[in-house]
Amino acid sequence: MAAQLKPGQGPLDYGSRTWLKALFGVNFFVLYAPIITLVAFSFNTDKRGVVWRGFTLDNYAKAWNNASLIEALTNSLVIAVIATVIATVLGALTALLMWRFRFPLKGAYEGFMALPIVIPEICMGVALLLFFVNSGLMEFFVHMPWPLNLGNIIFAHVTFCFPFVAVVVRSRLVGFNRQLEEASKDLGASEWQTFWSIIVPYMKPGLIAGALLAFTLSLDDFVITFFTSGPETVTFPVKVYSLVRRGVSPEINAASTVLIVITVVATVLAMKLQAPPKADKG
Amino acid sequence: MENWKQNPRVFWTLGMPPSLWLLAFFIIPLGFLFVMSFSDKAIVDGQVSITGYDYLTGFSNYIRAFDPLYLGIMWKSVWISALATALCLLTAYPIAFGICFAKDKWKPLLLLLVVLPFWINLLIRTYALIAVFRTQGYVNKILGWVGLGPYEMLYNNFAVIFGLVYVYMPFMVLPLYATIERLDKSYLEASLDLGGSQFQTFMRVTVPLTMPGIVSGIILVFIPCLGSFLTPDLLGGANALMIGNVIERQFKAANDWPFGAALSFLLMYATFGALALRYLFTLRSKGVDV
Repeated sequence: MAAQLKPGQGPLDYGSRTWLKALFGVNFFVLYAPIITLVAFSFNTDKRGVVWRGFTLDNYAKAWNNASLIEALTNSLVIAVIATVIATVLGALTALLMWRFRFPLKGAYEGFMALPIVIPEICMGVALLLFFVNSGLMEFFVHMPWPLNLGNIIFAHVTFCFPFVAVVVRSRLVGFNRQLEEASKDLGASEWQTFWSIIVPYMKPGLIAGALLAFTLSLDDFVITFFTSGPETVTFPVKVYSLVRRGVSPEINAASTVLIVITVVATVLAMKLQAPPKADKG
Repeated sequence: MENWKQNPRVFWTLGMPPSLWLLAFFIIPLGFLFVMSFSDKAIVDGQVSITGYDYLTGFSNYIRAFDPLYLGIMWKSVWISALATALCLLTAYPIAFGICFAKDKWKPLLLLLVVLPFWINLLIRTYALIAVFRTQGYVNKILGWVGLGPYEMLYNNFAVIFGLVYVYMPFMVLPLYATIERLDKSYLEASLDLGGSQFQTFMRVTVPLTMPGIVSGIILVFIPCLGSFLTPDLLGGANALMIGNVIERQFKAANDWPFGAALSFLLMYATFGALALRYLFTLRSKGVDV
């Protein structure tokens, strides 16, 4: 092995080995090539989308004029926004509870809160379907005017989003200097004042990161929505699913590209906010 | 951390909303599913009712799940998931290893590149794969230039396994990266100094020391693979049914909810089994964080 080393290359400098670089190249190519072609071909004039014929924005115009697609996208965004708000509040409460208190069966409670993260999506989807149908909630929401008819989907989305928010917010709270809280209380602030002026500002990056995570999770969810949506309500992924089953079309590429851009921006923002802060050390 | 008794009002204010939410929209629905899995469709006037059920009639749905047809699908789900997990491990290990030994300024970017596809909608990524592998897709186009094909690459087990690896690879990279990053590199130096070859060092030092990450990654990939529905549905079609597709069918086309509920619970038990294995492994590795 040592004989193959170039000058200046130590035996542990795996990062500079050609074979590893080649492997990286191949892997990233396989990971990204399908997505990049999908995005590129959303600008293609060719209808069958195999050969590049020329640049156009027609597919976007067509997707934009497709009323059912736009309706589905609007539904998805409305659901994501409402579910994000509720999930962020519930997730923050869970995180604060776990961070602040010692209580009996805490380990069990923690496991119970993580259940929606670990059980297979399809099981959660069918359980919620069964619940909504049997409790009459499905029937109730179906006859509501828009956007209330999205209620069952919003309930479902909050349920699988908020445990994720709790994880993110809790990891932010771990770095909190509890003496700040004590100082605030010593100086005469009430529980509530301390919470709003000391803890919430500290939690903020975690809250925003958690909210963005919930937003992406909700916007992306297909399986649970597929089971919990009523017959008339369609979300963007459910709509794309029905289109994909009918075949490949540049219109789907255009619509998908829009969704990719939204989620990638939200994710990169969330990651930036979650990165350990350089200046403020709680 | 304070005891909850010191401040019960705050404790309950914080604890009640999320607990009640989870109870109402998670535990109770699972309870419904559990009851349904022991129920049967009601017989009204000698006809099988569409919406009526006789509740808690027995284990008939679970017994039916052990019919050779369904056992076959369950077995297939397990081996497809196992193979996809193994392939994920084989591709992810060098990637995680490479990121750990990359220059510091490159690490965040490389990690982001690995994780980013995971944030792109699963449906869209699967759709992108369909465009690549379909009969008039790019792969067949390229094969056409050298006079091969076109081949039918979709709607078989290969397509499903490739799709699962493609979709879940990031799950494998992250835990591997976390353990390899913490690995004390002087062990590797010691092994090489003492005359071990690179291969021996890898097999006898690196792999055993990063085992917690390997186990974590395997579980993290195997569980979603086993319960996957979208990937086998779109890439496998009718030829590569997995347990998720059978469940979906019971709740949609076949309208046999009790049987679907029983299958869902079997899938959940399998998931808990995998999680329990991971837990046992954590205990054995003496508190080394997995």
